[in-house]
Amino acid sequence: MDLLNFTIDNLALLGTLTMEHISLVALAVGLAILTGVPIGILITQNERIAKVVLYVASIIITIPSIALFGLMIPLLSTIGHGIGYVPAVITVLLYSQLPIIRNTYTAIHNVEPSLREAARGIGMTPFQRLKMVEIPLAIPVIMAGVRTAVVMNIGVMAIAAYIGAGGLGVFISRGISQSDPRQLIVGAIAVSLLAIITDYGLIRLQKRLTPPGLTAAR
Amino acid sequence: MIKIDKLTKIFETPNGPVTAADHIEMEVPSGEICVLLGPSGCGKTTTLKMVNRIIPATSGKIYLGGEDTSGMDTVTLRRNIGYVIQQIGLFPNMTISENIAVVPKLLGWDKARYMTRAKELLEMVALDPSIFLNRYPNELSGGQQQRIGVARALAADPPVMLMDEPFGAIDPINREVIQDEFLKMQQELNKTIMFVSHDIDEAVKMADRIAIFRDGHLVQYDTPDDLLAHPKDDFVKNFVGDDRALKRLRLVTAESVMQTTFAYVKPNDTLAEALTKIDAYGYRDAVILVNDLHQPIGYVPKATAINMKGYCGEHYVGLKTIARTTDDLRKVASKMFTHDIVWMPCVDENGRLVGEVTQRGITHYLGATYQRDTSPSQPQPLHQAKEAS
Amino acid sequence: MTNQLKQTYYFVLLACVFALGVYLQGAGTIDDFLYYQEDIVYLTVQHIELVLLSGGLAILIAIPVGVLLSRPRFQKVAESAMQVLNVGTTIPTLAILALAMSFLGIGTVPAVFGLTIASLLPIVRNTYIGLKEVPAHLKEAASGIGMTELQMLFQVEIPNALFVIFAGIRTALAVNVGTVPLAFLIGGGGLGELIFTGIDLDEPIMMLAGAIPTAMLAIAIDSVVGAVSYVTVPKGCNPIRARQ
Ligand SMILES: Nc1ncnc2c1ncn2[C@@H]1O[C@H](COP(=O)(O)OP(=O)(O)O)[C@@H](O)[C@H]1O
Ligand SMILES: [Mg+2]
Repeated sequence: MDLLNFTIDNLALLGTLTMEHISLVALAVGLAILTGVPIGILITQNERIAKVVLYVASIIITIPSIALFGLMIPLLSTIGHGIGYVPAVITVLLYSQLPIIRNTYTAIHNVEPSLREAARGIGMTPFQRLKMVEIPLAIPVIMAGVRTAVVMNIGVMAIAAYIGAGGLGVFISRGISQSDPRQLIVGAIAVSLLAIITDYGLIRLQKRLTPPGLTAAR
Repeated sequence: MIKIDKLTKIFETPNGPVTAADHIEMEVPSGEICVLLGPSGCGKTTTLKMVNRIIPATSGKIYLGGEDTSGMDTVTLRRNIGYVIQQIGLFPNMTISENIAVVPKLLGWDKARYMTRAKELLEMVALDPSIFLNRYPNELSGGQQQRIGVARALAADPPVMLMDEPFGAIDPINREVIQDEFLKMQQELNKTIMFVSHDIDEAVKMADRIAIFRDGHLVQYDTPDDLLAHPKDDFVKNFVGDDRALKRLRLVTAESVMQTTFAYVKPNDTLAEALTKIDAYGYRDAVILVNDLHQPIGYVPKATAINMKGYCGEHYVGLKTIARTTDDLRKVASKMFTHDIVWMPCVDENGRLVGEVTQRGITHYLGATYQRDTSPSQPQPLHQAKEAS
Repeated sequence: MTNQLKQTYYFVLLACVFALGVYLQGAGTIDDFLYYQEDIVYLTVQHIELVLLSGGLAILIAIPVGVLLSRPRFQKVAESAMQVLNVGTTIPTLAILALAMSFLGIGTVPAVFGLTIASLLPIVRNTYIGLKEVPAHLKEAASGIGMTELQMLFQVEIPNALFVIFAGIRTALAVNVGTVPLAFLIGGGGLGELIFTGIDLDEPIMMLAGAIPTAMLAIAIDSVVGAVSYVTVPKGCNPIRARQ
């Protein structure tokens, strides 16, 4: 009951923080798509470079987010952005690279050689091939990578409240510092629901984006 | 010996019950290979798998060596039955030697014993132990893997083997090789084997007896030759194919169709004597010439015998080919076609002349059994299953 | 990863560390850093203890649960359980810790509890999937040979699922190691103390004193799990071990 009252009282704040949370993740993952997909496509040209890039990305993702914040703040404070949403967005951007680059790379890499050959056979330029054959086939797989990135980073963004980035983590951080179970629970449930619902929505989107001819999306 | 008594399997499916095997009755004598044959979905696999209870029977009994298996516990039963499946099913986590030794280990053999056994079996399936013992299955070709599959089934020397399309996934050339190897092994091992196949040629080659299945029923159970000669109904006739007479060629040896009363001449005989023999035996073209060891070396053509003078040793023509008593008729017929001839001498293992095979002799032999179909008064061998089904 | 790649990576890393060292020495940062040496050692030990305890518990609980769920008699339960687990894995770990705190209060117990729960899910999931994906014909061959259910589980199913199980353990420990620094927030201790306090006090050196060991520890633990899985998974069913 207590919880319900608290929620109703703070509905406006909840809404604001949720929107903040969503826009931060969307901004960061959006930027990550803009960098990750081209990188993923480029590295299909060279297996050695591909391995190095994927390895570095996998190392980055291994580093705990709070440690990454801790490393980034001192660096960014030299340009006056130590605390706030900037290190949070950069961290999410970095974290999203692995799932997006890896899925783009594997999807394009795994396009059947016969398809590629057929495309070449009917006289497509490499760019046309990419645009008309390889990317459409890869879209569902790339989407799966985006989904992984988004869901993971909703969690990371919650932690980013501690570096002043805002978002739903604010409830949790206040709840902890004030030992207030109401804020704790509301924050935890809100951020969990956000992750679950987003995941579900992205699964649906992924299915929609799968070309009808392709039944099994990975 | 495997005896199956009114064995029935009914699968309960969402679309109602499916009778996969309906009162199957058959008996596989010790040391024989029985091939279960029929189109896809006719119940071969189901029948086979009821024997080692991979599929529990709905009703009916199975006897091994006269003993009712329903009283045995499943694990003991299975350890006494070798099992080979089409997908081979070698355990990827184990080396070849571990795969082969897996049953002996379960039976508690000591290490020295099962390692010796693994080596012995590898040699038996024609793979070099020093190369293969410590490899993993994914380092072997399909044919090699299936050889290991057979070796694993034989490891604890079970008297009975069940094989479900064991060579089905192997390419045709290797399949022939592995079938031949397996038959050679079986000559020594004398296992009682139930073998599922959908390939009539494989069945004719491997089987001592063939059981033809259709829609869960055992339609005909006969020796391959009888099956090909006397298909019981149109279904079996269609299944064995229009060329069933040709398929029988493989089953019959030259010995059983050769004529043992025949004429021959020696090098010292005169051509006149040759002509006398040709006429006496009613030969149209020639008579065989043998050397002192009674080995055929050539023939004297009738024209030569008529037109020339002198001895056979001076006027003979060399032989194009000969048949051995152990050759099957397929081989003999093939030689006839290759050399455009209608007869050839037949020799024993020492190369001595023992008879002659003629095209007429072959067609007569094959035709003779077909005659029986139209004269039902003749006795019919080996048709136990006919009455039962 | 190939050796060559590792070498490249280590070389780059070394070069960076060297450059950083030169820069920091010049700025006098190293001395400041050494000020935290004692704290770092003490908190690192605590940090590792938390990982081992919660990670170990998670493995001990999750594998048997995964095995049980994969048995035919639990098939119906298993399908719903997997759906719950899939949803569960999307829940942010900070939320799990927050919930643990709101029910169990502050201290090591809620921290370990939360960490264990967060690490459980990937292991249960992968154990279940790995066992379910063991090809049916292998199981048929195993039972046809006369293996009992337990013999089949230990000699055939688990070895063949081990690669997938280890992948789950690796994911789980990555989640775990990533969450342990947050455990400080609910009184669990560990290197998070230096990072969070550093952020609060706006002390960059203190932040680094926590962040650098945390990052290195995470990478080290991931490599260790990778190496263990490399040698533990039987060669014949280990996709990353090259065939001859
Ligand atoms: N587990 C099962 N559940 C339901 N029906 C089955 C099952 N196994 C086999 N069947 C059915 O039983 C029949 C015989 O199958 P099977 O013995 O596998 O045929 P074969 O080996 O001769 O191809 C088929 O109609 C098949 O669909
Ligand atoms: Mg079958």
